[in-house]
Amino acid sequence: MNVPSNLKYTKDHEWVLIEGDTATIGVTDFAQGELGDIVYVEVETVGDTMEKNEVFGTVEAVKTVSDLFLPLSGEIIEFNESLESEPEKVNSDAYGEGWMIKMKFSNPDEIAELLDDAAYKALIGG
Amino acid sequence: MKNTALSHIHEQLGAKMVPFAGYNMPVSYEGVNAEHETVRKNVGVFDVSHMGEFLITGPNALDLLQKVCSNDISKIVDGQAQYNCMPNETGGIVDDLIVYKFEDGKYLLVVNASNIDKDWEWISKHNTMGAEMRNLSDDYSLLAIQGPKAVEAMQSLTSEDLSAIKFYHFKVADFAGIAHVIISATGYTGSGGFEIYCKNSEVEQVWNKVMEAGKNFGIRPIGLAARDTLRLEMGFCLYGNDINDTTSPLEAGLGWITKFTKDFINSENLKKQKEEGVKRKLIGFELKERGIPRHDYEIVDKDGKNIGIVTSGTMAPSLNKGIGLGYVTTENSAPGSEIFIQIRNKPVAATVVKTPFYKG
Repeated sequence: MNVPSNLKYTKDHEWVLIEGDTATIGVTDFAQGELGDIVYVEVETVGDTMEKNEVFGTVEAVKTVSDLFLPLSGEIIEFNESLESEPEKVNSDAYGEGWMIKMKFSNPDEIAELLDDAAYKALIGG
Repeated sequence: MKNTALSHIHEQLGAKMVPFAGYNMPVSYEGVNAEHETVRKNVGVFDVSHMGEFLITGPNALDLLQKVCSNDISKIVDGQAQYNCMPNETGGIVDDLIVYKFEDGKYLLVVNASNIDKDWEWISKHNTMGAEMRNLSDDYSLLAIQGPKAVEAMQSLTSEDLSAIKFYHFKVADFAGIAHVIISATGYTGSGGFEIYCKNSEVEQVWNKVMEAGKNFGIRPIGLAARDTLRLEMGFCLYGNDINDTTSPLEAGLGWITKFTKDFINSENLKKQKEEGVKRKLIGFELKERGIPRHDYEIVDKDGKNIGIVTSGTMAPSLNKGIGLGYVTTENSAPGSEIFIQIRNKPVAATVVKTPFYKG
């Protein structure tokens, strides 16, 4: 199972890339495999300031729908609009072109609450 | 949880396995969209051995089946199959099924896996005429070989002329080196093909030969996820979603298999319902905007008033839009009617359409 060591993770199977005061967020390779073919990523919260664990969007696979939870508190500044026409990028490149949002996080202390790659691997039994 | 005789093969093929109706079943191998396309364009093989099989025999077999089934089984000939449902006494449906007639006094019933015990008890309870019943569900396997290339791909496996088996007819013949296999021109995909019934001890050989014979035709194993998108594009009902113990066959659009030319369980009440007209109907709908309808989403009118509920929904891989089945009040059920599906508290416009959604 692909779990890059430069990323942080959540128990909801999202990954977080921290760069300065910005975080890029997507779903993990494990999550895309469990969801199956992804056909629609809906994020209508760009510009919103939200709390950690709030729902910022939804990912629809052919067989199932799943909420996306914000891993850190802060402002959502960008949605990966290429997913509008190519949602399958989440399946083919979950940690790269399949990224979902970028945010400015407001409370750096929350980063310590995220899982590292070893803890996430343990969570998914890998 | 039970395995089918092929569960180990699915695992070797890398299938994602899920519990379904008490069985460890393959839900997908390479991905639902690719598998869906394989069946629409080439040929795919499904292990659907979880389905139940009951053999009903003896001089009173027809009487029993005419009593428990809604369709008129006296109309089918030897070697013919018939889609059917079993109405309950309170206006709903016990199960939908296929009845195969081998000869007078010998019928095979193929029922949904999740209903095997319920159906067996139901039919046994109504077997006051002493028909002989055998539950073969644990001994028989079922492979569905579906797709436009199924006939061509499988012809080398049998001496029977596959192209001569008419839709909803079957032969008992040699297949993949096994004698007395049921080759049935039926399916749940709308893309043509066969369903093959054989013993558990024979099915691994059949599977391997089917994969080998289909190799040059692009055959792939197909999971339950694509089985669902394929059937939904055709508007076929799924028991537990679109029909259940509380939905009447007339509401569900199954009037064509509900024959009042004979008496059956609850036929008096259903006849009355037919004369008076149903209050709600199962309809197909397509979303006009982006979104995917799901089981249990609410259906509303333009004023936001509840008019029904979604029973099945998906993104249709062949059509690339959201489609679904659902019950709506009869006044909203005509093709062309505008309805709205509540998707996460947002009404999304949809149009009532005639099924099938996929027209080949």
